[in-house]
Amino acid sequence: MQAPSALAHALRRIVGEKYVLTTPEALLVYAYDGSVDRSLPGLVVLPGSAEETVQVVRTVREAGWPLVPRGAGTGLSGGAVPLQGAVVLSLARLNRILEIDPDNMRAVVEPGVANLDISKAVQPYGLYYAPDPSSQKACTIGGNIAENAGGPHCLAYGVTTNHVLGLEVVLANGSRVWLGGKLQEEGGYDLRGIVIGSEGMLAVVTKIVVRLLPLPEAVKTLLAVFREIDQASSAVSAIIASGMVPSALEMLDRLTIEAVEPAVHAGYPKEAGAVLLVEVDGLREAVEVQGAQVEAICREMGAVEVRSAENPQERERLWAGRKGALGALGRLAPNYLLLDGVVPRTRIVEALRRIRAISEYYRLPIANVFHAGDGNLHPCILFDERDADQLRRAKEAGGAILKMCVELGGALSGEHGVGLEKQEYMPLYFTPEDLQAMAKLPQAFGSADFLNPGKVFPQGKVPTAFRPTTRLPADAII
Amino acid sequence: MTQPSLLQRPTLDKPFAGPDAPEEKDLYTCVHCGLCLTSCPTYLETGLETESPRGRIALMRAVYEGRLPLSPQVVRHWDLCLACRACEAACPSAVPYGRLIERTRAQVRRRLQRPLRLRLAEAVVFDHLLPFPSRLRTGMGLLRLYQRMGVQGVVRAVRLLRPFPTLASMDSLMPRLPDHFFTARGQVYTPRGTPRGRVALLSGCVMPLVHAPTMRACVRVLTHNGFEVVVPREQVCCGALHIHAGRLDGGRALARQNINAFLGCQPDAIIVASAGCGSAMKEYAHLLKDDPAYADKAHAFSQMVRDIHEFLVALPFTPPQAPLNITVTYQDPCHLAHAQRITQAPRRILQSIPGVRLVEMHNPSRCCGAAGSYQILQREMAERLGQAKLEDALSTGAQVLATANPGCALQLEAGARKRGLPLRVAYVIDLLDEAYRREASAPG
Ligand SMILES: Cc1cc2nc3c(=O)[nH]c(=O)nc-3n(C[C@H](O)[C@H](O)[C@H](O)COP(=O)(O)OP(=O)(O)OC[C@H]3O[C@@H](n4cnc5c(N)ncnc54)[C@H](O)[C@@H]3O)c2cc1C
Ligand code: SF4
Ligand code: SF4
Repeated sequence: MQAPSALAHALRRIVGEKYVLTTPEALLVYAYDGSVDRSLPGLVVLPGSAEETVQVVRTVREAGWPLVPRGAGTGLSGGAVPLQGAVVLSLARLNRILEIDPDNMRAVVEPGVANLDISKAVQPYGLYYAPDPSSQKACTIGGNIAENAGGPHCLAYGVTTNHVLGLEVVLANGSRVWLGGKLQEEGGYDLRGIVIGSEGMLAVVTKIVVRLLPLPEAVKTLLAVFREIDQASSAVSAIIASGMVPSALEMLDRLTIEAVEPAVHAGYPKEAGAVLLVEVDGLREAVEVQGAQVEAICREMGAVEVRSAENPQERERLWAGRKGALGALGRLAPNYLLLDGVVPRTRIVEALRRIRAISEYYRLPIANVFHAGDGNLHPCILFDERDADQLRRAKEAGGAILKMCVELGGALSGEHGVGLEKQEYMPLYFTPEDLQAMAKLPQAFGSADFLNPGKVFPQGKVPTAFRPTTRLPADAII
Repeated sequence: MTQPSLLQRPTLDKPFAGPDAPEEKDLYTCVHCGLCLTSCPTYLETGLETESPRGRIALMRAVYEGRLPLSPQVVRHWDLCLACRACEAACPSAVPYGRLIERTRAQVRRRLQRPLRLRLAEAVVFDHLLPFPSRLRTGMGLLRLYQRMGVQGVVRAVRLLRPFPTLASMDSLMPRLPDHFFTARGQVYTPRGTPRGRVALLSGCVMPLVHAPTMRACVRVLTHNGFEVVVPREQVCCGALHIHAGRLDGGRALARQNINAFLGCQPDAIIVASAGCGSAMKEYAHLLKDDPAYADKAHAFSQMVRDIHEFLVALPFTPPQAPLNITVTYQDPCHLAHAQRITQAPRRILQSIPGVRLVEMHNPSRCCGAAGSYQILQREMAERLGQAKLEDALSTGAQVLATANPGCALQLEAGARKRGLPLRVAYVIDLLDEAYRREASAPG
């Protein structure tokens, strides 16, 4: 491994003096992302173009250092946290929208563009980019690709992979190639699909062709307030059973509502035990009919109040509580561990009941915000990292919840990726053969032990929740 | 290769101390979610986490916990912060960033020796000029003389100020000064029509000198709407510049003086035309919360403070009848949009003027780079942001760039002047006043 000063020197020649960071204060602010894990990088480099990125990748590779791509660092599973003192490659300066092609409904963008900025830029053409993670005003499209991010509106429209046509990537050996292209179907292997969701471990994404959708003619947002979360869950099942596919179907529980209200003044009533947010879009007439249907179902299931909004400002207000929810939880505790498990929709009520038990057992508040439509739960464990015991309990509670998701027939990750957070739980869901097959990919891409090493695959550390000393009482979670 | 102590156990002494240290609960409210990044002008310009709100808070925390020494290298990142508080408005966890950076700056002043040149310049401005309206007036009077006698032209032509970049940038910011300053003499202006109440007007420190005509416009607009306007004589600078620079005690002294001056004349509301001053005065309550003699009064005072646009729209004000026939674009001053969360009121006023076509620019609430003394101390970043703002304004095709804060107005006027742009910079209130006056002079 080359000495850090020699590597820094070589990189400065590529990207310029200002964009190689080596001082302690700079390394410190690249040690974290939006998750609980942190680890210091060896140095940080910010190329200004795809060409510079190629040279950076080559140089770092030749110097024998690992490399971790980074977007905005809003990730929640530690994907951008550099292990082994890796070099952080920030793509924040690659933030140009290169081409908008309204006729073919696509755009070419650089990876550091914020998700929301794409929709803003194409709005004058009556288009938008559909996947809308709640972090969309800050998270980058590059990070979205690495995590195959979803969002509240992915129920009807699909996640990132359904909206990306092609990628220009820099491979571990420094070659620059296109995977997919500007067309929906390109023939050949779908390597694009393999890189999407690969958590920065296979290649560095430098350009993206995104698919755009026409803005719907009409959108209606409904907010239904329930006293009990069970009533809200029944409403979700009833809506889906009716054959509708709302573009969004989101739920907030009582603790979340308590956190959100003072922060964003969404106007949720005090007695609310759960809030359901439903959005339908499409042609004007259809939206009217569906809206009325949703309202009727919610009332039937015991909603104490149903509000609806059609103009953008009012819709914004109804959504404000949902979009600001995670952040608002920061008011309740200095840290949160946000999980991202999936359970079959029919078992949401049971999952929530178990989460309550886990919360009591570990003596930590757990709030729930989730994409109810597809059973993607986001339990959010509140704690204070300065108290080592709380940190330990938070991680254990997280493990217990993930285990519960798998037991109920669900999965480990809906949209936030595995990263550091869930790597030790992978064997719960995947067989050793599954994992071995997956591990062949970084080898095939030549990126093993180089790009974002130490993530996703279990490292043989004992998952905290299953240490023999921490047995859960049977009645706690079963 | 890495320094584990940066992340783990504190190894250093903890330099933040005393009553004006950043509060622990404020520091720990940040959950490092990163949602504030794209609202931060310095992050957008540099792409660097060190120049982002989240990064700055992480550094405060590291210093606070004793993991990182308080060094000029760290302070640099706080210095580049505009204190525009866009991050605060964007933060879903309600992290009070403005308070954090003010207090951090207070700690830095307490603990670190700043270069002598800076300390001298600051001492002159903060201790000997700003607190004294009469000295400011005299200074500006001399400056006016310097402009009128043609000395400025000569100085600029031979670049006499080149060796003194701070002075040179102050000089280039200075517009042609008005013939008459606006002076707080305890004067009372009588309302027109049926009286609706009595308000006290903050005159401020810089605004009544460089933008005296706007202060008069404020008086006319308020009296036009039926208010008696008092301009308390004993009032002083609001202290915002002190507070932003971390000179909290200096700010407190000014705050106390203003509280006495304004509460003394028992107005229905205290009206402020400068966004920066309004935001500081609304926060006197927090600034003086530990001062037993003033805590209650400060609270009462802050409750009475109204930004002039906020006040007019809440009345509601009388819509003007005469048309102006101009295309206007509005730039949100940070301390109005982010600190006071007022974005609609100034737009409503503009839209109420017949013939005004309001066109929105790209990113209207992104900081223009003025940020108080920032435009003098951090020239490069200030220029970059100022240029970007002017470009955004120009591309709307507007003839008038409207704003609501003296710092922004100065910065934008200077930028437009320097580039010879066909863009008039005006306060929203100036335009409303023009419409009212045109109405008065219209025949019939
Ligand atoms: C408040 C909040 C709400 C959220 N809501 C959602 C949500 O609704 N849905 C959702 O899916 N996620 C959500 N997230 C998680 C997060 O925003 C997403 O995972 C997002 O995709 C991360 O983008 P980023 O730019 O911040 O990436 P980072 O966190 O910087 O990186 C994430 C991963 O991407 C890799 N990476 C980044 N850029 C590149 C590149 N150019 N090439 C290769 N690899 C790259 C990194 O190595 C890392 O593994 C939320 C996060 C927060 C804080
Ligand atoms: S300041 Fe607020 S928005 Fe920014 S990282 Fe912290 S919690 Fe998130
Ligand atoms: S106050 Fe403005 S410049 Fe400073 S961190 Fe916040 S957004 Fe950035």
